[in-house]
Amino acid sequence: MLKKRIIPTMLWNGFTLVKGQNFINKRKAGSPVATIQIYNSRDVDEIFFFDISKIEHQNVDQEFIKSITDCVSVPITIGGGIKSIRHMDDLFKSGADKICLNSAIYSNPILITDSAKKFGSQAITISIDVKKISGEYICFKNNGKLNTGKKILPWIRECLDRGAGEILINSIDHDGLMCGYDYELIKLTTEHANVPVVASGGAGNYDDFYKAHLNGASAFAAASIFHFTNYTPAGAKEYLKKKKVDIRNNFVLEKK
Amino acid sequence: MIIKNRKICIIDFGIGNLRSLKNCIDNLDFNVQIINKPKNLKKYNKIILPGVGSFKDAMNLIKLLGWDHEILENVLIKKKEILGICLGMQILLSKGHEFGITNGLNLISGEVYNLKTLGCNKLIPHIGWNEINIKKNDILFKNIPNYSSFYFVNSYACKLKNKSQELSFTNHDINFSSAIKNQNIYGTQFHPEKSSKAGRQLLYNFINA
Repeated sequence: MLKKRIIPTMLWNGFTLVKGQNFINKRKAGSPVATIQIYNSRDVDEIFFFDISKIEHQNVDQEFIKSITDCVSVPITIGGGIKSIRHMDDLFKSGADKICLNSAIYSNPILITDSAKKFGSQAITISIDVKKISGEYICFKNNGKLNTGKKILPWIRECLDRGAGEILINSIDHDGLMCGYDYELIKLTTEHANVPVVASGGAGNYDDFYKAHLNGASAFAAASIFHFTNYTPAGAKEYLKKKKVDIRNNFVLEKK
Repeated sequence: MIIKNRKICIIDFGIGNLRSLKNCIDNLDFNVQIINKPKNLKKYNKIILPGVGSFKDAMNLIKLLGWDHEILENVLIKKKEILGICLGMQILLSKGHEFGITNGLNLISGEVYNLKTLGCNKLIPHIGWNEINIKKNDILFKNIPNYSSFYFVNSYACKLKNKSQELSFTNHDINFSSAIKNQNIYGTQFHPEKSSKAGRQLLYNFINA
């Protein structure tokens, strides 16, 4: 059985890590290298690292990305501002295990097809930022600022048909509020996706991970809860284990 | 006592990212070199063969660049230890069924099939943390408890001719070989370099094997 994953999400604004609420009001969350080293030593299952700076990247700062990936001995998914295969290639060469696409694919969905063909579906995560408007889930891009007009289900369908290997579903309404995930959104997504779904946006305590699990999520991404509270990924695992969720035990050296 | 005179190399035949693997071994305090010239293989006594992508592409490159002869010479005749990781493990086998049939290095008898062909009805690729069921107590698993989790990314899996060469299996709807061994030849379907502390221990064990 594949294990359910706990994934801390790190947002990089070009200067420091940040974390906001509803995608705005961002608060500093530490230096990237030090923070990632801590998460890595605590044996999290995976790391999401998203560059949300609005810098138009002509070239990936490979040295910077390497300084991040060098401290990680678990898989790392990198996203933010990715517009081309070359950009992805640079990220993989700098140590990314998966890349995460979002804004660029709304106007250029063929990027999903091309990337899945070149790097394999398993390396392509599609991040979908969603806001609920008059009872409908609508996809947003550019850090949640632009309404794409796309409804969630047809968009998920298109991403999957083009070869997406994983869906990261992010509730803008719940982001950073630590009020629990949007379970209706997670359920809707998991019911319509035949690939792993990562829940994101709103985790505030360990039971929120459990509820996301009950709604079919394969992994639980969280930022505020780990950045700003005493809750830890290891604590989350303990809790989920007691609830009989199949999670990865932290490795303990066996002396033989 | 830690033996530090191991001369370890990682074979770079042009696909995939070898950085995390190198980092992981560097952090174990061993010297490791990434090599891209087959003739340099003779300078090393521990060989790591990583790989991502398709069986066919990998074997084409291996042959085109002349790695196949050097690997066979160093592993079969000079009996150096080799560890194939992920696709690097799969190409140790006789044949692969990915985009047609391709001959592998044939260091371990068996063939590589899509998980679906092997009967798996769950999601493919098999990606994420999964546990290993250790069948044989081997030096590769020294200090690693049974049912430890490792990180996998695979759509294909090895079907060995000789089941006794299977060190561990993993379940994804069906059981498949997650670690194999034939004398000095080792393979892991999972990525030890991405498997946190358990993976680090496994690489350490291979280096000290």
